[in-house]
Amino acid sequence: MVDAKGNKDERDKGTETQDGSHETQSELVKSDAVELEIVEVREGAFGIHGTGDTTGFGGLTRPVIMPGASQRPYGGWYDEVADQLATITELDEAIEKVVVDRGEITFFIRRHKLLDTVTHLRNDPVLRFEFCSSVSGAHFPHETGRELHVVYHLLSMTHNRRIRLEVVAPDEDPHIPSVVSIYPTADWQERETWDMFGIVFDGHPALARILMPDDWPGHPQRKDYPLGGIPVEYKGGTIAPPDQRRSYS
Amino acid sequence: MTETVSDPYASTTDSAEGPVFTVTGQDWDTIDASAVEGDHLVINMGPQHPSTHGVLRLILEIDGETVRDARAGVGYLHTGIEKNMEYRTWTQGVTFCTRMDYVAPFSNEAAYVMAVEKLLGIEAPEKAQAMRVLLLELNRISSHLVCLATGGMEIGALTVMTCGFRDRELILDLFEMITGLRMNHAFFRPGGVAQDLPAGAIEKLRSTVRLLKKRLPEYAALCNANPIFKGRLKGVGHLDLAGCLALGLTGPVLRATGYDWDLRKKQPYWGYETYDFDVVTRDEPDAYGRFRVRLDEMWESIKIVEQAIERLAGMEGQPVMVADKKIAWPSQLSVGSDGQGNSAEHIKHIMGESMEALIHHFKIVTEGFRVPAGQAYASIEAPRGEIGCHLVSDGGTRPYRAHFRDPSFVNLQGTSVMSEGGMLSDVIVAIASIDPVMGGVDR
Repeated sequence: MVDAKGNKDERDKGTETQDGSHETQSELVKSDAVELEIVEVREGAFGIHGTGDTTGFGGLTRPVIMPGASQRPYGGWYDEVADQLATITELDEAIEKVVVDRGEITFFIRRHKLLDTVTHLRNDPVLRFEFCSSVSGAHFPHETGRELHVVYHLLSMTHNRRIRLEVVAPDEDPHIPSVVSIYPTADWQERETWDMFGIVFDGHPALARILMPDDWPGHPQRKDYPLGGIPVEYKGGTIAPPDQRRSYS
Repeated sequence: MTETVSDPYASTTDSAEGPVFTVTGQDWDTIDASAVEGDHLVINMGPQHPSTHGVLRLILEIDGETVRDARAGVGYLHTGIEKNMEYRTWTQGVTFCTRMDYVAPFSNEAAYVMAVEKLLGIEAPEKAQAMRVLLLELNRISSHLVCLATGGMEIGALTVMTCGFRDRELILDLFEMITGLRMNHAFFRPGGVAQDLPAGAIEKLRSTVRLLKKRLPEYAALCNANPIFKGRLKGVGHLDLAGCLALGLTGPVLRATGYDWDLRKKQPYWGYETYDFDVVTRDEPDAYGRFRVRLDEMWESIKIVEQAIERLAGMEGQPVMVADKKIAWPSQLSVGSDGQGNSAEHIKHIMGESMEALIHHFKIVTEGFRVPAGQAYASIEAPRGEIGCHLVSDGGTRPYRAHFRDPSFVNLQGTSVMSEGGMLSDVIVAIASIDPVMGGVDR
């Protein structure tokens, strides 16, 4: 977490060079964001690290900054949903932060409160997110203590709204409560997330692998999953695995 | 009998749960079932079976002909598309995701490019949006035709199959003319589409639509009141609205319960709100209702296609890609004597006229463009329901994480409730009414 002021220059420069539509981008970056979420800092590019070369790639330093927490008012119906969640006493401390970015709202939920939160999100008539569109994961190996993210996309057909819930867990304790009892559709999707990320959904009726074979070692979507290189028949040469090849990012 | 015993694929073994018989078809009477207590059988159907829609495996517990327990096993077509996309540029991602649900490839591309455009904060030009709508709706018709065709074939209605594939081919010809490929087009790109309509496309589209309008009534005439067809489909695979919402089913299955949930109307994208069409619903939440919903939806898609053709006819020469040169693909494809490739004009420009254009071409094609960090979820109404794309960007030239909420994957969870308590033969009908495509299920 870094103060926005300190990083503002870098952010602006970043958006300017990333694409030409600078105006649209500056609208998207909320000015009221006070905290920036640096999830990783990368150095060098194209296989060059540190000094000793003249390309300039070695000196590159690029922080990976995810959109940080937003301040109220979030705008539109976002505040209505956030207000309603705030009135439920059981959900005290459930919300870690709220991020409004690119016209989507994300509630970061503390994992021990997840089940309570989704129960209210589904049952409360003001909220009524009766449909769980998607459950999936993401792995951020450099975010120490918050490596594993599980992302839920909820849809309220009653109010025609979509929200995103995000729950984090550390690599050492990859447990997150299962929401299958609230949203039965999460059954296979949680199995897929377990299969791909090794996140254990406590309370799932049968958390078995679904896409990979039952006896497969490892969880392929994790960033630390070893990717195979390709042996080529020329003087013992090999083609490096995709994540170790020279690349622009 | 002795022949069967020597067959390595048809034998009897013992397991902790009881004897295991392997039958390979037409040899059911070779089983000596006298040692088995009761009528209780666990049957493994698939993953290689003509009526499981690809490599779907069903584990059925049957009592006589009645299904007591049905479970679906998936994953036999897992190709790691999501992981692969993390090591390709944002533009190359389209080439991967188009191969997921191969019966409705444009829907996969649409969800993906919509999510990328949301991350970039850009919008495709009007003509590109109209072309996307045109292709998506043509694809909806061709996808529903495959559903009717394979569904008909599985209950023995072979004429429906031949008709369905005959008419689908007409639409695939249109795709070939516009995108260059019958399937796996990779035609939608972040910021627009790969190229403009070719010369003569509008006329060809019009004549094909005329022909389709003549042929589509054949399905209704053949099936709607057909006593055998109704006997096989009516009341089979029942799943009501509450069941659909709990299990996450969308698309024709949901609309057959009477709920008019269609993202094209409820959360319109790419100008769908400006097209005149109706959402088809039906108060018959069974295989027959879903069949009729699909049949009627094809007519609504024809309506949208006709409107899109008229719009495109008046948009000649308009851009099909965003003007921002930092995102737009630098070249245009053209058909030469040696096949499809870069247009000669573009090659002349970068090789003979402008060094900067050559550098720009090289940078965009090899490095790609950068997408500001953050995440986005975009969803559209695919022929099978809501297809969603969740993208996470780390500010780099490649997706940090791409996940697809595929409607076939989610809808297939309805298999158990649709078929338990019914007859074994109805399992096939129930699954056909979900219309899963295993490429999308397993990704």
